[in-house]
Amino acid sequence: MAAITLDSVHKSFGRTEVIHGVSIDIQDGEFIVIVGPSGCGKSTLLRMVAGLETVTRGEVRIDGVCVNDEEPMDRDIAMVFQNYALYPHMSVFDNMAYGLKIARVPKSEIQRRVNVAAEMLQLEALLERRPRELSGGQRQRVAMGRAIVRKPKVFLFDEPLSNLDAKLRVQMRLEIRDLQKELGVTSLYVTHDQVEAMTLADRMVVMNKGIADQKGAPLEVYSDPRTAFVAGFIGSPATNFLPVEAATNPRHDASLLGVRPEHAITCTPSEGRIQGRLIYAEALGAETLLHVKLADGILFTVRQAGTDPIPSEGAECGIIWDQRHQLMFRADGIRCEE
Amino acid sequence: MEKRVRFRGWLLPTLLVVPQLAITAIFFFVPAGQAVWQSLFIPDPFGLRSQFVGLGNFVFLLSDPFYRASFVTTAIFSASVAFVSMAVALWLAVLADRLIKGSGTYRTLLIWPYAVAPAVAGVLWLFMFNTRVGLVSWYLGLLGYDWNHTLNGEEAMGLVVIASSWGRISYNFLFFLAGLQAIPKSVIEAAAIDGARFWKRFWTIVFPLLSPTTFFLLVVNVVYAFFETFGVIHTITSGGPQQSTTILVYKVFSDGFVGQDLGSSAAQSVILLVVVGILTIVQFKYIERKVHY
Ligand SMILES: Nc1ncnc2c1ncn2[C@@H]1O[C@H](COP(=O)(O)OP(=O)(O)O)[C@@H](O)[C@H]1O
Ligand SMILES: [Mg+2]
Repeated sequence: MAAITLDSVHKSFGRTEVIHGVSIDIQDGEFIVIVGPSGCGKSTLLRMVAGLETVTRGEVRIDGVCVNDEEPMDRDIAMVFQNYALYPHMSVFDNMAYGLKIARVPKSEIQRRVNVAAEMLQLEALLERRPRELSGGQRQRVAMGRAIVRKPKVFLFDEPLSNLDAKLRVQMRLEIRDLQKELGVTSLYVTHDQVEAMTLADRMVVMNKGIADQKGAPLEVYSDPRTAFVAGFIGSPATNFLPVEAATNPRHDASLLGVRPEHAITCTPSEGRIQGRLIYAEALGAETLLHVKLADGILFTVRQAGTDPIPSEGAECGIIWDQRHQLMFRADGIRCEE
Repeated sequence: MEKRVRFRGWLLPTLLVVPQLAITAIFFFVPAGQAVWQSLFIPDPFGLRSQFVGLGNFVFLLSDPFYRASFVTTAIFSASVAFVSMAVALWLAVLADRLIKGSGTYRTLLIWPYAVAPAVAGVLWLFMFNTRVGLVSWYLGLLGYDWNHTLNGEEAMGLVVIASSWGRISYNFLFFLAGLQAIPKSVIEAAAIDGARFWKRFWTIVFPLLSPTTFFLLVVNVVYAFFETFGVIHTITSGGPQQSTTILVYKVFSDGFVGQDLGSSAAQSVILLVVVGILTIVQFKYIERKVHY
């Protein structure tokens, strides 16, 4: 188990810089999720911690020791890849035992550890199979097993669930969470799925184009986003943004106003702070999403409980929200000071 | 997914297939049939009449110490050519796989030897190793090694192996490189994270995953060494000294065209035909089973 520090880490591929100085402090045993849209540099960041990419500038430290120049095999980490990266020519058992064999762990100990991991992950019946004879979910478990048998200091996950179907994803998410809590291994988990990030993270880091926009506990990030990007990315459906002129409450430095769909309600046009026409009501059962087209063409989503009456599509309506929940942003995307 | 073109009539498909069949018939079935037929006869010394001897030519061959020696020579030669050309090619492919910049030039240069005809390659190497004017033998002489492949059978064998392997390296290289690039990067990275260093990764991950390619190339190179190295041997050693580089194909030529023993030569061709058949069956039968992942 270990603490990890990223100290203003930069990464360039050739002349293009893709990570522009990211600093993260990870406590021993903590579960950190890095979340951001595709291409923002999450994998690159993770691979620098793994030692699969060099660090252009800055330092990666594990337990206070700079590991910039250490090879992956010297860092005592384990990684779960998006495509699982199982050894196709080896049985499930050998896949899990590979790292232990290289570390010259005695045979009986290998046997014991693999069996323990197999039991945890319900893989006992599959130990003799080859990866190609497994389903996606089973491969995913083998990849997890391969990571845990080695008892590494750090777990790294690169979108491990993105190749699974939705139902399996929810189930594996819970299992990963439980496993991590049980083993207490410091974990760094990368995903583009903000739901995964919200449910798994002790703390999350929201990445935007090579910069860590915000770090914090999931609910804290949700309720107090520091930038317009974070407000738009965390929370589903996404936050509605209005240019400040369209709102009735301008501030001197604000240029964008954000309102989460769950904080807005519809009303009669005359009562509303803004007006529009309901173009589509998405009834999802427990909740209903009302998509309202405003006069200037902006789409505004309102989320209401499934039991609330649904206005008829095409109807003109107004929208109101509680002032306390509205978010004001400057032109550069940074949240205005309260 | 299978893509098939379906023809309506029979005329066009027939026309398309006929040239291929005709070529196969004229250049393969007819001569092969003739060889089988001739192998059953012994022509008289003047070539005027032939006497039917049944399997006599084969019986004689299989008990002929020279023929058996040639079998051993062929085995050593083929194994060496396959090993040398594949080992060097694999080594180069591993280097090229790691290289990112300039790999295009590197690859192009490596492919050139493949375009050189075997006889030309033979002359090239012969010239470099020429006992009197050769550059390599001169340097070897400076090092105190007296190179003379015209007298020393082992040196002769070494030289024809080098000359035959050289052109094959390009071909093998291309297949190995493609094979290496087909191995997912993340699998190699997973092994690195699991603690395996370069050579450990090579022997436990890369090489096993390349095994279908390796097996395919093994068969192809053995077939090459058996049948397509005639030009090299002919230009460099003519099978000598003392038959030490007389491989089976060369013996067909020297017994038949030089020695004028057409019956024996034909019987040797038939034996080679059987060998090719076996190699082909081995290839088809095992190549799929070898792809074990
Ligand atoms: N090996 C590489 N060479 C050049 N550019 C790369 C390489 N790997 C990633 N990139 C670039 O770096 C950026 C971040 O990529 P990545 O870390 O994979 O993003 P993410 O995992 O968040 O989707 C992308 O713009 C990508 O094109
Ligand atoms: Mg990625």
